[in-house]
Amino acid sequence: MELPAKTFRVTRADLIRYAGASGDFNPIHWSDRFATKVGLPGVIAHGMFTMALVGRAITEWAGSPDAVVEYGVRFTRPVVVPDDDQGTEIEVSARVREVTEDGLTRLDVTATCLGEKVLSQARATIRTTR
Amino acid sequence: MSLDPSFVGRTYPPTAPYQVGREKIREFATAIGATDPAHHDVEAAQALGHPDLVAPPTFPVIVTMAASNQIVEDPALGMDYSRVVHGDQRFAYTRPVVAGDELVCTNTIEDVSTRGGHGFLTTRTDVTTVGGEPVVAVWSKIVVRGEA
Repeated sequence: MELPAKTFRVTRADLIRYAGASGDFNPIHWSDRFATKVGLPGVIAHGMFTMALVGRAITEWAGSPDAVVEYGVRFTRPVVVPDDDQGTEIEVSARVREVTEDGLTRLDVTATCLGEKVLSQARATIRTTR
Repeated sequence: MSLDPSFVGRTYPPTAPYQVGREKIREFATAIGATDPAHHDVEAAQALGHPDLVAPPTFPVIVTMAASNQIVEDPALGMDYSRVVHGDQRFAYTRPVVAGDELVCTNTIEDVSTRGGHGFLTTRTDVTTVGGEPVVAVWSKIVVRGEA
């Protein structure tokens, strides 16, 4: 079963806010000068910000903010965020892989930016009975 | 980039407690656009059976990232942090983090390897309350890029 896709817009302001909230001030997430110096195409989103947005999608699909039992991803491609008002978009979709007898639902999750997968092996287990 | 494989299995001393505050949960939830009332309103969290505000699933990274400095800044391991990129991240929850938790991290190095000139380090962080109650186990794999 496919779950309804969700789209998240990501701008530079979002990265600055996430840096402050998370304490991750790595300059590759706010300085083009630094990002390009280390060989990136420009400022990229924190992998953990992408993971947090996908986590939002998962809790919204689950219908509860406390339903996630297990959640893991592999970061495969950076999310480049241009310095303009539009930023970029991350699209998140998921498929139910398994529903267990003890009330757990396992999801295979896909996250893309500009049509390219930015995560692989993105999986979550959610509790679907309270 | 070569990391010392003798570090596999090493466990570091527990970190100083991290006090999870309501405002930090609200700030983090706002930063990721998580509007569920259980992240913002104590009564809504209590209606779900929690003692206080519920943190979003990836909130524990605030605590574990700070705790991992113990490893990445260990001079004996010899890691060049400017060459580090995030590989994998996984959380296995016993329960959600809630406001008022005092969390302690115990870091263990699960795997160290070098392939194709890149170093790979997998750590497991057991996050418990100061009383020893397990809350979440967090795995993180980082890649130390080799010199091009």
